[in-house]
Amino acid sequence: MRVLGIETSCDETAVAVYDEAAGLLAHALHSQVELHRDYGGVVPELASRDHVRKLLPLVTAVMQQARSVPEDIDGIAYTAGPGLVGALLVGASVAQSMAFAWRVPALAIHHMEGHLLAPLMEADAPAFPFLALLVSGGHTQLLRVAGIGAYRLLGESLDDAAGEAFDKTAKLLGLAYPGGPALARLAANGVPGRFVFPRPMTHRQGLDFSFSGLKTFAANTVQQHGDDAQARADIACAFQEAVVDTLVIKCRRAIAQTGLKRLVVAGGVSANTLLRERLATLAGREAVALYYPRLEFCTDNGAMIAYAGCRRLAAGEAPATRDIVVRARWDMQQLRPPAA
Amino acid sequence: MKLLAIDTSTEACSAALYVDNEVAECFRIAPREHAVLILPMIEQLLGDAGLSLNRLDALAFGRGPGSFTGVRIAAGVIQGLAYGAALPVVPVSSLAALAEGVRRERQQSRVLAAFDARIGEVYWGAYQADEPGRMVLIGEEQVCPPKVVPEPAAGAWFGAGSGWRAYIDALTSRLGNRVAGFDAECYPHAADVARLAVAGLAAGQAVDAERALPVYLRDNVARKMSD
Repeated sequence: MRVLGIETSCDETAVAVYDEAAGLLAHALHSQVELHRDYGGVVPELASRDHVRKLLPLVTAVMQQARSVPEDIDGIAYTAGPGLVGALLVGASVAQSMAFAWRVPALAIHHMEGHLLAPLMEADAPAFPFLALLVSGGHTQLLRVAGIGAYRLLGESLDDAAGEAFDKTAKLLGLAYPGGPALARLAANGVPGRFVFPRPMTHRQGLDFSFSGLKTFAANTVQQHGDDAQARADIACAFQEAVVDTLVIKCRRAIAQTGLKRLVVAGGVSANTLLRERLATLAGREAVALYYPRLEFCTDNGAMIAYAGCRRLAAGEAPATRDIVVRARWDMQQLRPPAA
Repeated sequence: MKLLAIDTSTEACSAALYVDNEVAECFRIAPREHAVLILPMIEQLLGDAGLSLNRLDALAFGRGPGSFTGVRIAAGVIQGLAYGAALPVVPVSSLAALAEGVRRERQQSRVLAAFDARIGEVYWGAYQADEPGRMVLIGEEQVCPPKVVPEPAAGAWFGAGSGWRAYIDALTSRLGNRVAGFDAECYPHAADVARLAVAGLAAGQAVDAERALPVYLRDNVARKMSD
C-alpha cells in the first residue's frame, strides 16, 4: 500500500509519499510565509492562488524523490478540512481528479487527524489508547484517542487557539508575521516574574481553554509599562509562561481524569521549547510517556496526510465518492474508524 | 481528434467531450455546486462514449476570467487529469467561450462578452469571427468599470453575459447605438471551450499540466500593511 498525500489547508503546500512497508519515501513543502508577511496574516485568496501554482510541481518532485511511478500509487489522501475553503479546494480538486485518472481511491483526511497520528510514523510510536494535546494556530484540543478514528474531545479553546494567541501577541509586540516562534525567541531575553499574566480557566473545573484574554492583557501591559526592548522581552516571557503553564495544568488534569499513561503532543506549538521542558517535567512526575512528531512534522506537512490515508486505506476504507467536498469546520468526533 | 473540456467559471458548470467533430455536453446552472458536479459529469461523458482518459488527445478548460474559486476548481481538476493521464492542456478564455456560443447559437459574428465582476466592474472582451468562423479576441481582455470599457469599432455588436444584467445602463450609455442587442442570460459552455481548444491545439497553444493555470485578470485582491 503506497499513498500520495496532499495538504493545502492554509499557507503551506505540502506533498508526500508514504509506503505501508517502507515508511515515508519522500516529502516536500512550499511555505507561503513570505507571500503573506506584507499583509500581516494569511490572505485566503492569495493562499489559494499560490497553491494552484505550486502543488503540481511539488507532486512531480516528490514522486521523483520517492522513485515512484503512477502505477506504484494505490491511493491519494488529501486534506478536506478544517481550513480555508478556497485553499482546501485546490488540493481536493487535484487529488480527486488525479485519483480518477489513475483509477485509485481518493480519501478525504481531517487535517487534525493528520497531526494527531504524525507521531505514529516514528520508531517509538505510542500504542492506543493515548491522551493527545493538539496545539496549533487553528486548534487547542485535548482528546482521548482509542484508535484511528475513535476520538473523544475532552476540552478545547473557547476562543483563540494557543498558536493564534502567540501570533496576535507577537504582532502587538511589533514582531513580523508569523510571530509565534519570534515571540518565543524574544522571551528568552525576558526577565521572568517582572510581569505575571493570568492562567485563564485554570481556576474552574474542566479541560477547556481560553487564550483571547492574554492578548488584551499584553496590550494593557504594553500601554502601562512602555514598549522599550526590555519591556517587550519581559512581556513575551510572561505571556509564554502563562500559555505554557495553562497547557501543562490542563494536561495534568486530563491525565488524572483519564488515567492514561501516554501523552501525544502535536501541532505547530508543540515545537515550543518551553512547552517541551515543562511537559517533560510533568511526564516524569506523573510517570507518563511523552510522544512528539519529529520537529519538521509538528507544523503542517504532507507526510502526516499520506500516513493517515495509508493507515485508513490499508485498514480497508473504501471512499465511495468522487465529490470534491471540503469543510472549513469539521468536528473530529464525527470521524469513524476505517471501514470497508 | 478526441478532447475533453470543462468550464466552471460562472454560475454554470459544464463538461464536454469532442470526438471527431461531434460534441456531447453536460451543462447545469448550479451555483456553488461545481466541485460536486464536475467529476461525475466527466465520468458520465466518458462512460457514454465508451472512452477512457488515456484515449484522448488533449484536455481543455475555461481558464477564466470569472469566479476565482470556479476557475481554480477547473484548473485543479484539469491539472489532476492531465498529470494523471499525461495529456496536454489547452487553456481557453471563458469570455471567448461565451462569445463562441453566441456566434454558434445566434449567428452573431461580433460579440461584446461581459461577466459581472462585482464591486462595480466587468470582465470584458470583444470578439469577432474570423474567416473559418472562429471567435477571435479584438484588443485585450480586461477588468474595469462598465463606463470605461474600450469602445469597439463602428458597427453593430451583440452583448452577452451577466455583465449585461448588472450594468446594462452604464454599458448602453457608454456604447450607444453600437449595441444591436444583448443576452444577459447566457453562459460559457464547455462545448465551446472544446471547439476553441481544437483550433488552439492545432495552433500550438497546448501546455503541460503544471501550466494549466487560471487567468483572474483582477490581481489586486488584498491590501498590504504598508499601503
